[in-house]
Amino acid sequence: MSKLLVIAFSFGYLALLFGVAYAAERRSAARKSLVSNPYVYALSMAVYCTAWTYYGSVGRAASYGLEFVSIYLGPTLMAPLWWLVLRKIIRVCRQQRLTSIADFISARYGKSAALGALVTVVCVLGIVPYIALQIKAIAASFVTMTGSPAGGDGPAAGTALYTTGALAVFTILFGVRSVEATERHEGIVLAVAVESLLKLVAFLALGIFVTFGLFNGFTDVFDQAAAVPALRRLFTLQGSGTSSAEWFTLLMLSMSAVLLLPRQFQVAVVENVDENHLRKAMWLFPLYLIIINLFVLPVAFGGMLKLGASGIDADTFVLALPLAVGQSGLALFTYLGGISAASSMIIVETIALSVMMSNHLLMPVLVRVPAARPALQTRWFAYLGRVALQSRRLAVVAVLLLAYAYYVGVGKELPLVNTGLVSFAAVAQFVPAVLGGLYWKGGTRRGATVGLLVGFGVWFFTLVLPTMVGPGKLPGSILTEGVAGVSWLRPFALFGLDGLDYLSHGLFWSWFFNFGLYVGVSLAVPPTALELRQADVFVDVFQRRSLAEEVAGWQGQTPFPDVRALLLGFLGKKRTNQALRTFASRFPDALLLPTEQAPGPDLTSADPRLLTYAEKLLAGSLGPASARLLLASVAGVEQISYDNVVGILRESQQLLEANRQLQKQSRQLQRLTDELRAAYDQLQALDQRKDEFLYTVTHELRTPLTSIRALAEILADNPDLEEAERQRFQLTITREAERLTRLISLVLDLEKFESGQAILERAPVAVADLLHEAVEAVEQLLRDKHIALDLAVPAALPDLPADRDRLMQVLVNLLSNAIKACRSDGSGRINLAVSYTAPVYGVPAEGAALVLTLVVADNGKGIPTVEQEHIFEKFFQARHQTTRKPEGTGLGLAITKKIVELHHGRLWVESQPNHGARFYVELPVEPVSELTTY
Amino acid sequence: MKVPHILIVDDEPNIVMSLEFLMRKNGYQVGIARNGTEALAAIAQTCYDLVLLDVMMPDVDGYQVCRELRELPGNENTRVIFLSAKSREADVQKGYEVGADLYISKPFSTRQLVEKVRELLAHPVSR
Repeated sequence: MSKLLVIAFSFGYLALLFGVAYAAERRSAARKSLVSNPYVYALSMAVYCTAWTYYGSVGRAASYGLEFVSIYLGPTLMAPLWWLVLRKIIRVCRQQRLTSIADFISARYGKSAALGALVTVVCVLGIVPYIALQIKAIAASFVTMTGSPAGGDGPAAGTALYTTGALAVFTILFGVRSVEATERHEGIVLAVAVESLLKLVAFLALGIFVTFGLFNGFTDVFDQAAAVPALRRLFTLQGSGTSSAEWFTLLMLSMSAVLLLPRQFQVAVVENVDENHLRKAMWLFPLYLIIINLFVLPVAFGGMLKLGASGIDADTFVLALPLAVGQSGLALFTYLGGISAASSMIIVETIALSVMMSNHLLMPVLVRVPAARPALQTRWFAYLGRVALQSRRLAVVAVLLLAYAYYVGVGKELPLVNTGLVSFAAVAQFVPAVLGGLYWKGGTRRGATVGLLVGFGVWFFTLVLPTMVGPGKLPGSILTEGVAGVSWLRPFALFGLDGLDYLSHGLFWSWFFNFGLYVGVSLAVPPTALELRQADVFVDVFQRRSLAEEVAGWQGQTPFPDVRALLLGFLGKKRTNQALRTFASRFPDALLLPTEQAPGPDLTSADPRLLTYAEKLLAGSLGPASARLLLASVAGVEQISYDNVVGILRESQQLLEANRQLQKQSRQLQRLTDELRAAYDQLQALDQRKDEFLYTVTHELRTPLTSIRALAEILADNPDLEEAERQRFQLTITREAERLTRLISLVLDLEKFESGQAILERAPVAVADLLHEAVEAVEQLLRDKHIALDLAVPAALPDLPADRDRLMQVLVNLLSNAIKACRSDGSGRINLAVSYTAPVYGVPAEGAALVLTLVVADNGKGIPTVEQEHIFEKFFQARHQTTRKPEGTGLGLAITKKIVELHHGRLWVESQPNHGARFYVELPVEPVSELTTY
Repeated sequence: MKVPHILIVDDEPNIVMSLEFLMRKNGYQVGIARNGTEALAAIAQTCYDLVLLDVMMPDVDGYQVCRELRELPGNENTRVIFLSAKSREADVQKGYEVGADLYISKPFSTRQLVEKVRELLAHPVSR
């Protein structure tokens, strides 16, 4: 294809990006943001998919099958955890005004400038080759498109250089505009989102073309591939030659990378508008990854099938396939997708790195330089502010130049994927410091520094050193015999550990030392007060607003104008006034805001809270370490007493604890209240029952009393009564009086049982005798109603430990009831039986193995099922209906049941209406404990 | 003048005995029902001038008997006196609601009862 055409399209596309970014910035300025929605957010996250995804995945799949998926599986597995981890990072960064991974680690570990610088160095060294890789991808794709010879300093390198230059301009224009790094870059974000969309659509278009245009759908591609032995082995995980250790390593690496890569940190944390956008991004982003990988295998197989013989590099299949069949339009579109993938990565990564370099490599040095004269302070600060901005622009150029130099010098020989993975492994060195920093208050600056330093060293030794052997920069003997001939210093088999693949080996040892030293040193060396404070602020960011944060480290008398000058220098007049107003409204007592007319209390000293606030503001521009150093230059050394912080932390801990205690107490109180209410209700019910009982008793007493009174009055008023009648009345009075007495003694009995005052006088009772005696007692009643009674007593019954009189009462009661139930026409029949068995219900009565069961059965009218459970309640008849059974006091069964229960036995009834009733009395034979209770 | 006809309804034989004696002694004609069912049968058959009605009975209670009596045509002039051991305010209230002329709780004074019966029979119904 014509070079001119390709170049025109390339730069035309870049111009389009400029337009998109410009439009977004305009909209943002007009407060009609185009990027404040979860879709743009999720798409911008897809900057994760670089040219490596775009070209490299196909190349990887062509030789290793499904292995490429691991790089996307990691982030997908990680996504559900975002709500915990990523949201916490976002919250911390917003609160602390942090703008990069270096800021984050530096701020967490006592705002350490050294640690920030170390993280920056690791990032630059780890990422620059990765950027170089993208430049290489652009160059290579240009070569493929134009068919010019690969390598050399021909047009490929030229295109790469020009493209890089254009990207530098773009990045400087839209990425580094203000000294305040906390400011979001809406233009960049929208451009990146558009690019993400474009690369997705382009790759899908290609995939569809290959799968359905060159072949007849997925089945056809896979069938044809399966027919080739070299491709068939790629279908299985084992066949493709990737060990499970490698899979695991790739998963771990990609999980770390999606969180910690500077560009991911930039789009996911710094450019995040709203934490809630995470909710959608959590599934949109993995979905994106799945979709963009859908056609990787078909394209790889298609490429191998169609172009495999021609020896074309599999990394270029994406372009070579459409070109081979003359689809130059599609090829151009796909090419632009590749440019998108590469350029978006370059832009975002470069912004992130430039801010880090400026804030952590340059500014900490510059801010230590004091102003020449106090009078020149403001100007000096303004100068520093300008330097910060310019240095970032410079850093953009430096990073891109470095990357380009790397591409030209080393990068050309490396395959796409390897460099990316080595970068991932470098970034993975931040995992201990970041995760530990988020969840472990014990992690310290020294621990993080030593761990990172050694981890990075091991990374370099095991993963970078070997790559220098290939191009001939180092002798090959290092790999086989070790450094200086020491065999345990072989980069592929450190300390004699071989058998692991290159990546797993490197990650294992670097993490081994990194994690170990981080934890070990953190435990060994106690943290400073500042570290303690920061640990608290980070780890508990969700729980509460840290009290520790309020510990004003800045003391002494700092003149307010100095602070103002500091802010003016870096933020400018407008921003400074705005910030001071915000502060004044938050802490009205801390600041008398000077107006333009009255310059205000010039000589008053600034409130310590204002110093803390100013530090945070500056941290947003210069990073936490530089901000702290800068503030120290006007306010003197930050003095945080260890005791002070520990005291505050303990206080907040106590506050939390007190709060918990209070909640606990309140819960207990609530429970107590509930219990009290329940008890009260119970008492109320009891009281009501007592009332009911009393009412029923008086009612029952009234009936005989009525007769007695009426008859007595008749006798008194009628002295001339016939003798027979007089006698009848007198006899009735006597009978009714007896009835009254009986009733009263029953009530008293029951009262005694219920109040627990009744005492059983237990003695061995001969059951057979007892039964005969009971029958004798009711013999007259039986005869009156012509009822037949069968008594079945087996021989040799054991004596029953019982109160004989009470037991007699039970039997007579039950027999009387049976007699009342029977008809008096001669058909009435009562069975009294006794057996000596195991408990009827299966469960022994209160631990007694053997029980005596008495059964009183009649063939009378029976008891309705609904009433069966109530008949043992006192005055059941009287209470539950206005109609009354003619006989009985309503207390008999209640007392009977009480007596049986006092004997640790049970009483129950089985009955069906019109088929009689069977009353069971179950009594334990073995004397249970407490022989004479109650 | 016609002899007033009085129905005694109670399931306690001893109370029936004393009431019967009292009413006959005062020259009234007496009918007896030993439970609610008998009472319903009696009022359906005969038109009584006054009913002495117990509340708690084995089958049909006194309230029910009174209610049915009030619905029977020809009994507009029948006087009803409840005689009951149920003495709570609510019970009394209910008695008047179903159409009693008087509610006397047990045990009662025979003299007073006789007096009230005489009074109720002497005055025309003002319902």
